[in-house]
This record gives sequence, structure tokens and C-alpha cells, in this order.
Amino acid sequence: MPDDILVFAEHVGGKLSRAAWEVVAAGQQLALDLAVPVSCVILGHAISAPAAEAACAELQEVLALDSHYLAEYTSDSTTPALAEIIRSRKPRFVLFSHTYQVRDFAPKLAASFGCGLISDCLGYRRERGRVVFVRQVFQGKFYADVEFAGEPPWFVTFQAGAFREDAVRRGASPAQVTAASVTLDPTALRIKAGERFRAARQAVDLTQAEIIVAVGRGIKAPENLEMARQLAEALGAELGASRPICDSGWLPMDRQIGSSGQTVAPKLYIALGISGAIQHQVGMKGSKTVLAINKDKEAPIFEVATYGVVADLFEIVPALVEEIKKATGS
Amino acid sequence: MKIAVCLKQVQARDAVLKINSAGTWIVSADVSFVLNEPDIYALEEGLRLKEKHGGELLVASLGPARAQQALKEALAKGADRALHLDDPAFEGLDAYGAAQALAKALAPEKPDLILTGLQSDDLGLAQTGVILAEFLGLPHSTIIMEIEVQEQSLPSTSLREAEQRRSLKVKRELEGGWFQWLEIPLPALLTIQSGINKPRYATLSGIMKAKTKPLKKLTAAALGLMPADLAPRQKILKVYVPVKKARAEFFEGSPKEIARRLVDKLRNEARVV
Repeated sequence: MPDDILVFAEHVGGKLSRAAWEVVAAGQQLALDLAVPVSCVILGHAISAPAAEAACAELQEVLALDSHYLAEYTSDSTTPALAEIIRSRKPRFVLFSHTYQVRDFAPKLAASFGCGLISDCLGYRRERGRVVFVRQVFQGKFYADVEFAGEPPWFVTFQAGAFREDAVRRGASPAQVTAASVTLDPTALRIKAGERFRAARQAVDLTQAEIIVAVGRGIKAPENLEMARQLAEALGAELGASRPICDSGWLPMDRQIGSSGQTVAPKLYIALGISGAIQHQVGMKGSKTVLAINKDKEAPIFEVATYGVVADLFEIVPALVEEIKKATGS
Repeated sequence: MKIAVCLKQVQARDAVLKINSAGTWIVSADVSFVLNEPDIYALEEGLRLKEKHGGELLVASLGPARAQQALKEALAKGADRALHLDDPAFEGLDAYGAAQALAKALAPEKPDLILTGLQSDDLGLAQTGVILAEFLGLPHSTIIMEIEVQEQSLPSTSLREAEQRRSLKVKRELEGGWFQWLEIPLPALLTIQSGINKPRYATLSGIMKAKTKPLKKLTAAALGLMPADLAPRQKILKVYVPVKKARAEFFEGSPKEIARRLVDKLRNEARVV
């Protein structure tokens, strides 16, 4: 129906993902604000379990689109399948979580309708009857208020954590699950997806570390890692890093913390010269105590820090190593 | 193999940015501009594929006059020629509009492979490459960490046919340390993740050679673009400094003093030392 909201729910291994619940929460909130119904669409093969799971949420309907062509995700199969659902349902807003899978097809899907996609949003506001979306620009230094131009359907992706999984309202009775069908042209499926795998050499399991000393761009040169190593050694900590450090080959990939690396939750996380982009925060914000040392007082890492030092880490870290050694008598 | 790489020029990472008086974008004057980081990796990947498999490497950038510098840098690194999409009508385009213009510029070139960075350091929409693939009718994949060209052993009658029978095996990054191999036929478009390779620096002889390489300017009219083609799908109403929710307890003083107080906190509050 032309005013409705449609949310796309991802599932992994027969279960809805956390990202799916977050976007269901977003859809419920927007539906409440606009006084319109919200439905959810699930794509895949043999998806009765995640569909039933989604039906527990307060939704008008759960559309389950089951096809063996959708068993393994490719942009070529997902885009036309979802496009057909959107053409028949005519929602005003189509909402997604900004996952790696969604990033792969949502821009194509929106463009196939000649419509806009506002991606990686932190949230939205209602302003004089309009819906204004808020997103980060310039690597999180600034925010931007963005609105749609042109005709709906309007496509939106929300950043991980923008809405809370536990904010999902459960329905009094399960929502109706409707089996949707779609005709896919097998000759248009050009991409062949292989097995998913993890990097073979995952020598370091940072998830078990009690203390992590993590370094970012602020460390400046590989030879300066020695200073971070000394701090780690003094604390009995593991060494971790933000993405650019591993990209540069200064530390191996299995030391990477963040959305594309490991997700950690140690008792103490020390961030040295890490600005704290959202991709990094996702991987460490569960840490019990966070100490951030960074010379930029605007660095987003301070938003998730318990203790902050705005200073040159090359002055603070050696002093810190010395004090720790003194305190522990080593 | 004919490869095209799309490049965007963005503000330098350490640039001090100020918001303009209208509150709709940054003040660009006095800011230094550089190649968007993921695009540097895309360019390097293009150069390596060309060196390994032969062919031509074309670079394209949409932006004002300063974007020529980005293109010259790419030419100095080894790209063969450059397209500069420059027109007042291109100012402030959203990803949809930018992809429209790039599609018009690249369609007649018929590249076998188009590479872009996975997202830009300014807008960060992570859309332009994928929309470009849709406009050109190409299969695509995103966040790519490895590319292998697979030669087909089928007998072919012409070189062009052999080119068309090539496919790519690409390693796509997933969340949480997972990856997936995909097979994708050429022609195709890939968006490249930072870290896929070690980008080179331009050599002095490369910089000298770049001076004689073709750099073609393309306007909206030359590309046959009407204002309606570039109509925005989204509009930035306001750019602003976010209200920080800093909850950190900050420490000041001499390094020694800060270190002593931190250790006290780590020992008595966090109980980890």
C-alpha cells in the first residue's frame, strides 16, 4: 500500500540477525510516527524459521519469499526479487540495516526504480511533516540532515546500533506470514557465489583477552609499535589495531578490531591514536573500561571512552609504562 | 583487457574543515585535496591487472578543475589516459547523478572491468560504483579483497571473443573476519576495499611521461546529459558539528602526572593493574 513501510530482514544460519531486529525496530518507530503500517520481507530458501521468528514482532505482515535461486545471496538474484515485491506492495519507505550484504545490492535496487537511497543513517527526525535523515559525513567529523527528493519508494539504510534490538515491540499474536512468489530469469543470474570462509590463519583470539592495547593511525610508523608492545607487556595485554594499521601490513590482519575484524569485550581497552570511526567502535564498545589517548580532542573515540587523555601519545605512553612497572613492582 | 578506474578527489584526512556560511557543505578554499583512499587501492589493483594481463587503463574523475590533479597523479602512476567530467552542473551531485554522468562517459569506452573504491571519505554513501553497474547493465560485487582473472580454455575465433569469455574470481569481504569467493563474468564492476594491495608511489619518470598522456575534459553537454538526468534523489539540508556525548573523564597535566593518575584509576576503579 502506498504509505506503508517495508523492512528487509537478514538472516544467518536460519536465524534473524541482530541487524534484522535493529531495522525492525526502526520500521516500527517510523510507522508509529507516521501512523502507517509496517511489514517485513525475508528472502531466501527454506526460510520458515526466520519468518516465524519475525512474526513475533508487531508487524502487519511478514512476506516470505522462498526460491532456490535465493539460497545463497547474490546481488543478481536479490535485486529483482525484492524489486518485484516493492512493485506489487508499493511501500513509501523501504528500510535496511547498513550491512555488507545490503551495501552490495541496495544502491542497485534503488537505482532500478530511479529512486534515491540515503545510506548509513544514524536516525531520523520529523520536521514540519517531513522526514529528515541524519548521517555522518567527512568520516564522522560532521553530521548532515538529508531528505529525499523525487518520487518514492524511498530507500534508507541504518548504521549498526542506530536502533536497539531490544526496542522491538512484540505483537499480542503472531503476525501473518505470507508466502510471496517471484519469477526470476535464471539467465540473468550472472554471479556464482562460493563458500563462505574465515581467514585460515586466525592465530590470535583477541575475544578472550582481558586487556587489549590497540593502535591506530596516530602511531605514525611501524617502528613506533615497539612502544605499544612495551605497554602491552607491562599490562600482560594483547596487541590489537584499527583497520589502517593492518591494511598497511604493520600488524597482521588477525590483530584487527572492528566491523571487518574481531569484536572484543575486554576488561580494559587502551586505544592509542585511534580516532574511533564507527567501524572500529562496533568492534570494541563492549569493553568494560576504555582508556583513549589521542591528540585530537574531537576524536569520536572519546564518546566511548571511560578515561580520556588529549595529548601526544609518544609522551604519555612511556610515562605510563614506567608508572605501571612501578605499581606492579616489575 | 580494458580497465577503467573511477577516482574521486576528497579533502585530506588531516585537513581542518570548516562548515560554509549556508551550513550546507564545507569551505573548500584552503583545504588540501587528495585521492580518496579506497580509490588509491582501486587504481593500484587496475595497474597490477594491466601489468599482468596487458591492455589499457583508463581513469575517470568527476569534479571541479582541481580534480585534474588527481587524474595527473593516476597518469603518473601508469594509467594510459584520463577523462575529466567537469561542468558547473556537476557541482554537488548525489551518488545517483554522479553515476549517471560516469555511465555516459564510460559506456562508449566499453571497458571489460570497472573498478571504484568502496566509498568516499567525504559523503561516505558507498553507492556510486553499484549504481554505475546498474546503469551500465553490468554484474558487480563490492568490498573486494582479491581479484583473479580466469582464462577460459575454450577455442575462440577472435580476440574479442576470448576477452568476453574471461571471468573473474573475486574475494569479497563479509563481516567479522569472514570472506566469500565469487565468480563473475566480464565485463563487470567491482568496488575495492582498502588494504587489498600496497599502492605504489609515482616515479619521477612516470610524472614526466604523464605530461604527454591524453586528458580529456567532458562537459554535461558533451555527454548528452539534460538537467533532468542530474536531478537530485536526495538533498543535504544542513551540515553541522555533532553534539558530542563525551562521557570520558579527562586527565591533564605533565605526562608523568597523567600516567600516575591513570594507573591509580586502572588499579582502584577498573581493577586491572
